[in-house]
Amino acid sequence: MDAIILQTLNGLDKGSAYALIALGLTLIFGTLGVVNFAHGALFMIGAFCAVTMQRFLNLSYTLLDPTKKDFLGNPLKVQTPYVEHWFGHDTGAAIINWSVPLSILLAIPVMLILGFVMERGLIKHFYKRPHADQILVTFGLAIVLQEIVKQVFGANPIPTPAPVEFSGSLDIGALIGFPANAIVYPYWRLIYFLFSLGVIGAVFSFLRFTTFGMVVRAGMADRETVGLLGINIDRRFTLMFGIAAAVAGMAGAMYVPINSPNYHMGMDFLVISFVVVVVGGMGSLPGAVAAGFLLGVLEAYASLNEVKSIIPGIDQIIIYVIAIIVLLTRPRGLMGRRGVMED
Amino acid sequence: MGILEVKGVSKRFGGLQALGDVNLSVAENTVHAIIGPNGAGKSTLLNVLVGKLIPDTGSVLFDGKSVLGRKPHEINQMGISRVFQTPEIFSDLTVLENVMIPCFAKRDGSFRLHAFERVEAEDEIVYQAEKMLTDLHMLEKRDLHAGTLSRGDKRRLEMAMCLVQEPKLLLLDEPTAGMARADTNNTIDLLKEIKATRPITMAIIEHDMHVVFSLAERITVLAQGSPLVEDTPENIKGNPKVREAYLGEAAD
Amino acid sequence: MLGLEKKDMRFLLIVLLLTLAAPILLNPFAENSAMAQFNAGYPDLMQRIAIFSIFAVGFNILFGLTGYLSFGHAAFLGVGSYAAMWMFKLLSMNILPAIGLSVVIAGVFALLIGYISLRRSGIYFSILTLAFAQMSFNMAYSVLTPLTNGETGLQLALDDPRVLDAANTSGSLPDTSLFGLAMNSTLKVEFLGRLFQFNVGYYVCGMISVVMFYIALRIFRSPFGMMLRAVKSNQHRMSYTGLNARPYTLAAFVISGMYAGLAGGLMAAMDPLAGAERMQWTASGEVVLMTILGGAGTMLGPVLGAGFIKYFENIFSKINDNVLHSWFAFLPHWIQDPLVWLFARFTGEGWHLTLGLLFMLVVIFLPGGLVEGGQRIGRLFRRKQGAGGDGPAHPPKPAPHVAE
Repeated sequence: MDAIILQTLNGLDKGSAYALIALGLTLIFGTLGVVNFAHGALFMIGAFCAVTMQRFLNLSYTLLDPTKKDFLGNPLKVQTPYVEHWFGHDTGAAIINWSVPLSILLAIPVMLILGFVMERGLIKHFYKRPHADQILVTFGLAIVLQEIVKQVFGANPIPTPAPVEFSGSLDIGALIGFPANAIVYPYWRLIYFLFSLGVIGAVFSFLRFTTFGMVVRAGMADRETVGLLGINIDRRFTLMFGIAAAVAGMAGAMYVPINSPNYHMGMDFLVISFVVVVVGGMGSLPGAVAAGFLLGVLEAYASLNEVKSIIPGIDQIIIYVIAIIVLLTRPRGLMGRRGVMED
Repeated sequence: MGILEVKGVSKRFGGLQALGDVNLSVAENTVHAIIGPNGAGKSTLLNVLVGKLIPDTGSVLFDGKSVLGRKPHEINQMGISRVFQTPEIFSDLTVLENVMIPCFAKRDGSFRLHAFERVEAEDEIVYQAEKMLTDLHMLEKRDLHAGTLSRGDKRRLEMAMCLVQEPKLLLLDEPTAGMARADTNNTIDLLKEIKATRPITMAIIEHDMHVVFSLAERITVLAQGSPLVEDTPENIKGNPKVREAYLGEAAD
Repeated sequence: MLGLEKKDMRFLLIVLLLTLAAPILLNPFAENSAMAQFNAGYPDLMQRIAIFSIFAVGFNILFGLTGYLSFGHAAFLGVGSYAAMWMFKLLSMNILPAIGLSVVIAGVFALLIGYISLRRSGIYFSILTLAFAQMSFNMAYSVLTPLTNGETGLQLALDDPRVLDAANTSGSLPDTSLFGLAMNSTLKVEFLGRLFQFNVGYYVCGMISVVMFYIALRIFRSPFGMMLRAVKSNQHRMSYTGLNARPYTLAAFVISGMYAGLAGGLMAAMDPLAGAERMQWTASGEVVLMTILGGAGTMLGPVLGAGFIKYFENIFSKINDNVLHSWFAFLPHWIQDPLVWLFARFTGEGWHLTLGLLFMLVVIFLPGGLVEGGQRIGRLFRRKQGAGGDGPAHPPKPAPHVAE
């Protein structure tokens, strides 16, 4: 029992990442009709926004402290981050400590701009071209973005810790009557899960309660009619692309403490997020979210030893098996609308 | 006994009775038109005839065999060829290739792995295709990409693709829908010419009275999902029930 | 001859001659000259070009003709490699049974995956094939470790049975061979200051790739090939013409899977090692890239694409900062350093960036790939020449032959 609860929790944080990427993917597909293979790269760039933020906050100047000597007897070099210099030692240290959450402030504008540039500069020209061309050009873009990041940050994963306040774990088991240390869940994963719920909620209420969102939803249902009403869909769709990029970016930035980011993490997540979108139903926002969590949790269950002993290796392939079954038996996905790419 | 026998076919979509007890018989070597105002159930009937929809009750027999539940390629192999509202052709292939493909389908069936034969060596097929293009006055366009043809020529090519299979039944789905008057007349002339030069059975589903009265030998009028009358064009013209069904519609 | 038209026969002969003469043609620069680094006449590189040509030519039968974009073809490549390795380990170091088995196994695997994936089309097909390939990759790393040897990869061992071969007493690993002719034996000829290497392995790969090219040519020219193009053009019309599109696409899928398996088998035959990374989706992406870059749907395109990518991968990877500095040595330092920095982004380690950019540019501006680019230039040239002629101004444009 405790193992199942633990795996459910473990599945939720990965599921959060899947859900957030899939949400953007399906938003882009639903509004723009474009299959974006570069969406994983956007997640990855979001993660490197966090790395950048951390490095930026740690920019330091060096002073020679003649009062202390290092082990060679030379004056000790003291590195002081500028932030500490400007805001005083304590505030500065706190800011550096909180660099990952703060990096969202960097990720949102960066991803919005990147999204706008991508849509206006590239994707726009591919609306009328076949899906295969869209896949190919965004695949090329994904390679380019990935390689640029590799050149700037190198090929190795870069550990980027969460604020120390969240570095510990919460003994959830003890709270609900299990023995101590039976169900231990790192704080940051919990925060990531809550954060993703918040982002998902924000996106949904934005689409639900604003005129902008209404038009976008109408456009997803029937683009031509809304166009005929004289509403400038294209501009709104550009913004939608920016938002999808920002969601992926935030998902990436906050994910950094869970897994140290590397340049190819986007590709790894992309394949699964595609599966998530397909399982949830192409163009269905609730479907993407539900399928994201569902697959995350199922993947975690499959890695239980009891399950693995029955079907060895199932944890490695369960997501793909589910995708194949869903595509063959219910091609429009769990929550997809009838007629959307059902062939 | 006609080549196509529709018996007691009905189909409901939720609360809508799209087809109610449709009986229809298309005799061999005649041009049979199925007309009716919008919403009379023409396209539902067509979808039943090509196996796309399975009716709630009734049977559709073609040449004595049921077509229900069969795939489009199986129905074609039974001897029904179909012309669409907007011409469906292989735009990326040449005109000649467009006509050769149905020849292969007729000779080799729905699949054959002829991966090591040569297209050029298929004299019989090339001959058939070129003869059909000659008949429809398109031979000089044989090497053009079908996608570059004019709309009228696309229609002509589609007709050639259907006729080259020597179908037992040619099904035409509103062949002049959305066409300008001149194009419509061209299509009528083409169909008349086809009818005059070879024995053929045609079933035309059509909205445009002008087309129907220029071509059909028998007419079935559908209204609200069931056949109102079936008769010769002359009698249909004077039939008050038909006028009533079309009331409010400009029957020209 | 050989069931080909004159034009195709000439085309095939040129391909054959180029393949035979490649060790000479690809080594135009003297051994000690500064340009020697641009030579491509190394057995290793030429083998790779030939093998990837097979891979891409096969992929093109599926993607170029039917338009079905598979993102999982690397799985067949990997399966082919593993199958060949098992033959080397269990049966014999002779490459014939090995590549035979890799083709068969890849074909069976492709039949299985194709049967399921082809029930969907468009992006769903792409995602399904991607999912299958990724699944195979994950399985090769985990459950199937007894078959694949996991992360280490499948390698030869001294105590492998090799039932058909004579007992190995040399104490070193045996070489792959064709009836005793070792794949890695090379005839080196020095001539005019150039070192020409005539390698057995290359000629085996090269000849097989010419044969596979010939088979693909026959498929392109066959009624079957015409049907595959019909699948791409209009499936709706196809089914109403009495043709069942699915077995046609499945046959194309299996054939292209067998090409990939053959390529994988040859890879193992040239370098007896098989690892799971060969199945990763980036490897699938690579063959897509080659085909598109060269020109999907054309005969020559995939070969051009494979040659282009493998050649420039080899060259670009070798251009490091030192090489760049020596190129720009004539410039003052303050120009030289930024220039070297800039170029270094795209060469050496940066090769993949160049590749990605190139790929995007091709998809955006030249969807027909290098072949179309060549045609455009040719047409431009012809138009200039014929500008003064008195021929008809705009004759109806005849359909271009697919081989071009």
